[in-house]
Amino acid sequence: MATTTEIPATLNKDEILRYSRHLIMPEVGMEGQQKLKAARVLCIGTGGLGSPLALYLAAAGIGTLGLVDFDVVDYTNLQRQIIHSTADVGRKKLDSAADKLKGLNPFLNLRTFDTRLSSANALELFREFDIIADGTDNFPTRYLVNDACVLTGKPNVYGSIFRFEGQASVFATEDGPCYRCLYPEPPPPGLVPSCAEGGVLGILPGLVGVMQATEVIKLILGIGDPLIGRLLLIDALGMKFRELKLRKNPDCPACGTHPTVTKLIDYEQFCGIRGEEKPVSSGVPEIQVEELKRRLDAKEDLFVLDVREPHEYQICNLGGYLIPLNDLPKRVNELDSSREIVVHCKMGGRSAKAVAFLQQAGFKKVTNVAGGITAWSDRVDPKVPKY
Amino acid sequence: MSKIHIPTPLRQYVGKQASVDVPGTTVGEAMNALVAQHPDLRKHLYNEDGKLRAFVNLYVNDEDIRYLQKEATALKDGDNISIVPSIAGGATLRG
Repeated sequence: MATTTEIPATLNKDEILRYSRHLIMPEVGMEGQQKLKAARVLCIGTGGLGSPLALYLAAAGIGTLGLVDFDVVDYTNLQRQIIHSTADVGRKKLDSAADKLKGLNPFLNLRTFDTRLSSANALELFREFDIIADGTDNFPTRYLVNDACVLTGKPNVYGSIFRFEGQASVFATEDGPCYRCLYPEPPPPGLVPSCAEGGVLGILPGLVGVMQATEVIKLILGIGDPLIGRLLLIDALGMKFRELKLRKNPDCPACGTHPTVTKLIDYEQFCGIRGEEKPVSSGVPEIQVEELKRRLDAKEDLFVLDVREPHEYQICNLGGYLIPLNDLPKRVNELDSSREIVVHCKMGGRSAKAVAFLQQAGFKKVTNVAGGITAWSDRVDPKVPKY
Repeated sequence: MSKIHIPTPLRQYVGKQASVDVPGTTVGEAMNALVAQHPDLRKHLYNEDGKLRAFVNLYVNDEDIRYLQKEATALKDGDNISIVPSIAGGATLRG
């Protein structure tokens, strides 16, 4: 991996000692360690993938590390985002990450960008780095990172996770395929469950993020076989690794022979998120949690239907009748259409789908609980745990 | 028989199985057998016109069927088919 620094970065005595386990390996050596020091790597996100990625790159002696994030540390992040600690909850992720990285390696030139990566800033930002490592968590940013990498000619070291499963690859090298060669279009919102619904094994981003860090180091050193043209599938439950061949698609809209993506676009719109900003429950009748509480306290005849999964019911519940959304079509006969039914889930999305389904099935008196059991915890009963 | 590997996000539609064995001499036949056994899966893989969705790729062993004979790709006994949908690894779309 060529860097733009012409004079090789020299190492001082402390650095030579620090990196001695690299220096004694012929595959790295002094020349390799100087390449690492001269390299400029940009990590998009300091979350699950970005945590191990940034920590290992800083430890390995990457000279210039850029971090882009706009988020603050949340209590539910700590299960997997190991660069942040309990005392950091509420702090900016960038500040929290900077403390750990500078503590780990004071020789690091850390550049932080307190912003949301966007079509307006991505190209300018990417031009200042040699390699981009994508640790983001959503489709619009995935496509943005890919297209900006193709347009600026920077490799995109890619990792992605869902529950127990991960994917890793290296996209947008000169001759290799890009993310759009693999997936020309994103899934429509709602069709593929998100991590908020599906969860993720906390260890998995560690596994995949460290793979990304490994690929970054290999690209810089120019050693080994990088994951170019290969998609690695990681199944943490089976602990099985499979590899699929990726090809550069000559018809790819981004990197093909006649590209149609010649500048960055509106990726929120491309991924259909804009239309989704209105509550998904729009169109179905809703009840607010305060009103539900009042009516339950008044002993009105309401049938509370909970369409979450049984393991969510175990975390907390309102004593509702449990039929998971996916089971509703085959279990609809358990419901009495003459009674008034209020449906809830965690946040109101799945229950809105359930209400729409029940209306189509002929139920006249079904209402969605706006905001779900989370709103109930926030506004009615704080003893109900949030998850 | 071929083995179709089901990715985590879609396992809920096939009774939580990691893989399903199906008959078929082509990828198209094997996939038809799969969605016939598990009808809930269909809309997640195919659009209203019955076309494979753009964010779902099918592989026979380690080859993308777009670079073989697509759904007409012939299968041998024991071939592995992988359904590989795009995953973003995050929490933008709220449940």
